[in-house]
Amino acid sequence: MTDETKTQLEEAIVNLIKEFTNKKRFKPGDIVKEMEAKFSAKGVTKDDVKAAIRDLADSGRLIYGYAGGSFLSLPE
Amino acid sequence: MSKKYQTPLLDELKNGKWPSFVNEIEKAAEKSEMTEDLLGQVEQSYNEKAGHWKHGGMVGVKGYGSGIVGRFSDLPEKYPGVKEFHTIRINQPSGFFYTSDILRKIVDIGEKHASGLFNFHGSTGDIQILGAKTSELETIFQQCVAHGFDLGGSGSALRTPSCCVGMARCAKANYDTMHICYNITQAFQDEMHRPIFNYKFKFKFSGCGNDCTASIARADMSVIGTWKDNIRIDQDMVKEYAKKMNLHKYVLSKCPTKCMSYDENGLKIDDSNCTKCMHCINVMPKALRPGIKGGATILLGSKAPMVSGPRLSMVLVPFYDVAEDAKNDYQWFRDLIEKIWEFWDEYGVSRERIGELIQRVGIGNFIEAIGLEPLPEMVSSPRGNPFVLYEEYVEADEGQGESV
Ligand code: HEM
Ligand code: HEM
Ligand code: SF4
Ligand code: SF4
Repeated sequence: MTDETKTQLEEAIVNLIKEFTNKKRFKPGDIVKEMEAKFSAKGVTKDDVKAAIRDLADSGRLIYGYAGGSFLSLPE
Repeated sequence: MSKKYQTPLLDELKNGKWPSFVNEIEKAAEKSEMTEDLLGQVEQSYNEKAGHWKHGGMVGVKGYGSGIVGRFSDLPEKYPGVKEFHTIRINQPSGFFYTSDILRKIVDIGEKHASGLFNFHGSTGDIQILGAKTSELETIFQQCVAHGFDLGGSGSALRTPSCCVGMARCAKANYDTMHICYNITQAFQDEMHRPIFNYKFKFKFSGCGNDCTASIARADMSVIGTWKDNIRIDQDMVKEYAKKMNLHKYVLSKCPTKCMSYDENGLKIDDSNCTKCMHCINVMPKALRPGIKGGATILLGSKAPMVSGPRLSMVLVPFYDVAEDAKNDYQWFRDLIEKIWEFWDEYGVSRERIGELIQRVGIGNFIEAIGLEPLPEMVSSPRGNPFVLYEEYVEADEGQGESV
């Protein structure tokens, strides 16, 4: 995966969560499936998406929450 | 000292000869106002027969999605001390071994930054620091890390693997529970700290059928020690036991498969019928020991009675040569786990444990997907349905006749 794809992937994840704020809670597994499909042409794998989520959480752009199951959201 | 709340119901729980959690909370309350409010809220709950904790929310430490269990009071005005009363799970060392020095350090952190109450250990295995405010979480985490501790699992993640004391302290251990537990914990750090599963997943490793971690009922994957060869018998010691107790009554008749006999020629065991239940070894530990070809049975699917009812694990791999796989960094075991998680990820739904998924899709489909051969040991109970469905690969067997 190129650096450019990586940036696009991370933006796509953040935008997806932004778009559905207060409408849908995204489980990390949902995001992996969604992004794997969306970026399959660019050779993005499950592990790439997981790594992107990890970077986003480490940098504080996304945070985890829990309500009956774990989900990802934007910081409040 | 004067109490902030009158707690007649909790006081009842201090009676009797056994230790009481109420005594411990009261001791902690002498130092902490928040813990006084805990007593008040719990007393109210006992009175009303209703809980006052709210769960979940957006509490955690940066980067991790797991390890902090959010707890809030739904009566924050009345009990401001427990407005935020989160639990922090700290990954325990394999077999729960500590030095007194490191325990004091962990306890100091909890006294300074939380309620001063702990669970040693939670049913997941972790040390639990109780009663932390949201604002203290990062500090507690960083200080634990400075002492070499990391958070454990919570939420839809791999929960902290745990094991019995195994070979470190127990003559009954058939494999090194502590080594594999540590290895697997390290191998799957990502799955533990960054929830990605449908629901929780637990490993527990017990060295023998006594199952001191209660893995058969509490772990999605239960790894329980067993042996392939014969029980080792010291006939002289058996005679010593026979002088003191009735072997027929207390040992032979309680063997579930009645595979033992005893007469003037000594004790005989028909090992081919022994289920490795541990009973005879537990009663006569000086005379009997497990065989030398130790390993483990891998079982899958148990859970507590949450969302749907309770389940026990069922046999997946009757004999796993743990020591052999250890030479290869447990690669075979890790591959098996990855295949199981892949199947769960693909076919499971939200909040469905692996055992429930297998029940839904059928054990046949499951073992085929993860590449295991069907074995008689996998049958957990006689079937209730007399109808047989023959699969096409049976028909394809030449010379075996047509299927009906
Ligand atoms: C009041 C009368 C009857 C009752 C209560 C009854 C009840 C049952 C029940 C409970 C089953 C098992 C179904 C299952 O396990 O899913 C069954 C199966 C069966 N019954 Fe009856 N039955 C009755 C009459 C009959 C009669 C009169 C015949 C034949 C002349 C018959 C032939 C069969 C057969 C062949 C099966 C097996 C079906 C299969 O293999 O698919 N039954 N019956
Ligand atoms: C030539 C005549 C028949 C043939 C070839 C035949 C064949 C069979 C076969 C192959 C089974 C399945 C056995 C198994 O593997 O579980 C069966 C079951 C059964 N048959 Fe027949 N059958 C005949 C006549 C009848 C008649 C006349 C009745 C009843 C009046 C009957 C009642 C049943 C029932 C109730 C079962 C289910 C038994 C169970 O599930 O335990 N059959 N039959
Ligand atoms: S499970 Fe068996 S090996 Fe492990 S501590 Fe208990 S008795 Fe010993
Ligand atoms: S271990 Fe259990 S089944 Fe085996 S001989 Fe002893 S009592 Fe019987």
